[in-house]
Amino acid sequence: MTRKRRRLYMVLAGMCVLGIATALVLTSFRDSLVFFYSPTDLAAKPVAAGRNFRIGGLVKDGSVVKDGVIYHFSVTDLKNEVPVTYKGMLPDLFREGQGVVAEGHLNDSGTFVASNVLAKHDEKYMPPEVAAALKKSGEWRPEASN
Amino acid sequence: MIAEIGQFTLILALVTAFFQGTLPMIGAARGNAPLMRFADNAALVQFLAISIAFGALTTGYITSDFSILNVANNSHSTKPMLYKVTGVWGNHEGSLLLWGWILALFGFSVALFGRNLPGSLKARVLSVQGLIGVGFLLFVLFTSNPFTRLDPAPFDGDGLNPLLQDPGLAFHPPFLYLGYVGLSVTFSFAIAALIEGRVDPAWARWVRPWTLAAWSFLTIGIAMGSWWAYYELGWGGWWFWDPVENASFMPWLAATALLHSAIVVEKRDALKNWTILLAIIAFSLSLLGTFLVRSGVLNSVHAFASDPTRGLFILIFLIVVVGGSLLLYGLRAPSMKGGGLFAPISREGGLVLNNLLLSTAAATVLLGTLYPIFLDAFSGEKVSVGPPYFEATFLPLALPLLIAMAIGPFLPWKRADITGAFARLKFALLAALVLGGGIYAWRSHTSIMTLFGLAVFAWLFAGSLLEWTERVRLFRGSLGASLKRIKGLPRSAHGMTIAHMGAALVVLGITASGAWQTEHLGVMKPGDVIDVGGYDFRFEGAHDVTGPNFKAVEGHFVASDGGSPIDLYPQQRTYDMPPMQTTEAAIHPMLTADLYAVIGDADGKGGYAVRIYHKPLISWIWMGALVMFAGGALSFSDRRLRLGAPKQAKTMTPGGAREIKGS
Repeated sequence: MTRKRRRLYMVLAGMCVLGIATALVLTSFRDSLVFFYSPTDLAAKPVAAGRNFRIGGLVKDGSVVKDGVIYHFSVTDLKNEVPVTYKGMLPDLFREGQGVVAEGHLNDSGTFVASNVLAKHDEKYMPPEVAAALKKSGEWRPEASN
Repeated sequence: MIAEIGQFTLILALVTAFFQGTLPMIGAARGNAPLMRFADNAALVQFLAISIAFGALTTGYITSDFSILNVANNSHSTKPMLYKVTGVWGNHEGSLLLWGWILALFGFSVALFGRNLPGSLKARVLSVQGLIGVGFLLFVLFTSNPFTRLDPAPFDGDGLNPLLQDPGLAFHPPFLYLGYVGLSVTFSFAIAALIEGRVDPAWARWVRPWTLAAWSFLTIGIAMGSWWAYYELGWGGWWFWDPVENASFMPWLAATALLHSAIVVEKRDALKNWTILLAIIAFSLSLLGTFLVRSGVLNSVHAFASDPTRGLFILIFLIVVVGGSLLLYGLRAPSMKGGGLFAPISREGGLVLNNLLLSTAAATVLLGTLYPIFLDAFSGEKVSVGPPYFEATFLPLALPLLIAMAIGPFLPWKRADITGAFARLKFALLAALVLGGGIYAWRSHTSIMTLFGLAVFAWLFAGSLLEWTERVRLFRGSLGASLKRIKGLPRSAHGMTIAHMGAALVVLGITASGAWQTEHLGVMKPGDVIDVGGYDFRFEGAHDVTGPNFKAVEGHFVASDGGSPIDLYPQQRTYDMPPMQTTEAAIHPMLTADLYAVIGDADGKGGYAVRIYHKPLISWIWMGALVMFAGGALSFSDRRLRLGAPKQAKTMTPGGAREIKGS
């Protein structure tokens, strides 16, 4: 086995593994990218029912209705809002008037069915997507977020 | 006063690090021995100075000195003492100080234990360590000073995020940093070798213990983080492919690859360039991890602050370190001579495959982690890459790796016979078939992935054990002779077997808990009974309790599968300062399954929202990680790798070439 031949084998093996990895990445990227939309984005450009995405904004004051372990609330960027339903236990820092990010899909009646409501770890913290969504809708008030 | 001492010693450390980073390098280039020896003293002074600074901040926390801004922002006088101490690194500034302190500790350890290193190599290694120290201390002093005063001092502090007031998380950062920063030593060795233009088996022998230490600490640090997520966040999950988790996982993958490629350099004098590159990549990923986690680019419990100057500083630091070292690599690596030849099917070939798979896996994780950041930066579109991506790319690369892990140790160096290796693995194959087939016969609706995962567990566990029994000739002669062989086998060989078996146990835990978990989510009233995973959970009710700095609603469940009843007391806590709610899951861990209960809001009609899980074999994920750590630690204690141990002649015992198998 010469040095050249060995190098050739190693390069071939490396390219095989990289090729497989690239194929895996490309096929899974298409399905597993989760886009983020604000309620205003959604109003401007509707998303097909059943498609997975994330939505973020503030939990609208007075919108939370609890039915056992099923919650109904509205996510708003103070211009538009989207009704959300979630079955499960909400994160500890879920509050009316606070920022929230939820992952899920729209059902046929236009309600966002959340499979996951993302927890914030700190009450001072505003998810950057939510901050951006509020800035876009012109309702960003940094001093009010703390 | 105490803050000024800390401030002063930090500046002293910076000045020392600057001279440590420059003078010995000049000394090594000119063959000036006193300048080279200066590195040892500088490393000691730098370590002592940062130790005093760290002690000063800790004192500030213990005495609740709220005239220090950092203490006022992150501590509170009623906080339990343990969390006052661990709170020192529970924030941005303090955690960076810890990073710098560990960096100095490692530098000092090289100075202390590296007596046998050639003078110029040691001087250059310490010099590179000094330069990294300069970068970090500048960062701490100019963007994240923990000793900034606050005037007037508030009456009391803001408190520590209650999620961090937890023993699992209190010790997760130090272990993780020991791993991250441990990789700085291998990085410094790599840079020093590039400057010297020489890599030989002796170099690899000096590098391996540091890699091993860093890898072991990373393993335990990541396991602690995942354990914390499991019981503290109350979602029952243990790994989310969160960018912050990936940030610690990528250096681990690179360190694992490095650990294995360094063996090839040591034993066979081959793969030198690759090993150097891997050492650079591993530390770059550590720095990238620190950058991702600390800059506020990512949103998580770790993003303490999002001050843009900090992000910019780390980014520039990252570019200098990664770019500079890769440039040096590009200039110097081609002149390094390759060593021993080997056939594709050989121990070396197996380790190359290991490295290929591990580094490709690290690359796919890196892509998934950075893609959203780049997309946001270039197009403003916000996306997230979730678990489906990582499962679809990581698992297909991890499975062949796990299968090959059992075969590799059976292959001799240079040239191997793959059919012979399989013949010796027939019992492992049998174990895999029996377990997979048995589970299928028991529950035919089990998914193919589950069956495959369990078979891989059996294959790897039995294969590792087989290799060990063969090496000590268990059952092939008298027990006494085997015992003698067990004693005679290098500890690194035992360590490899144990670490590989640990990995098998992790696979078992992941597969079984993922496949057979049962969950109940609903409202329960006192007296209600629900069956989850074969256990009857009776809800006895809930009442208020008071802790040292929180109030809580505590539920009481009694679980029973006919044996002695098990009490579970989940809490929903409301902390006083900062006022924040946390969910404290009640977990009853057993070898066969974990019982996991969470209590939520009252529904106002006497019921409570509850979530109950039965998670079979899940604790093996963390026990497996502990076993891997134990394997690493045992390997580390091998006298052949002992730091400063005299270079040992290769002794060939009657086992022949098998003697030099390492983990």
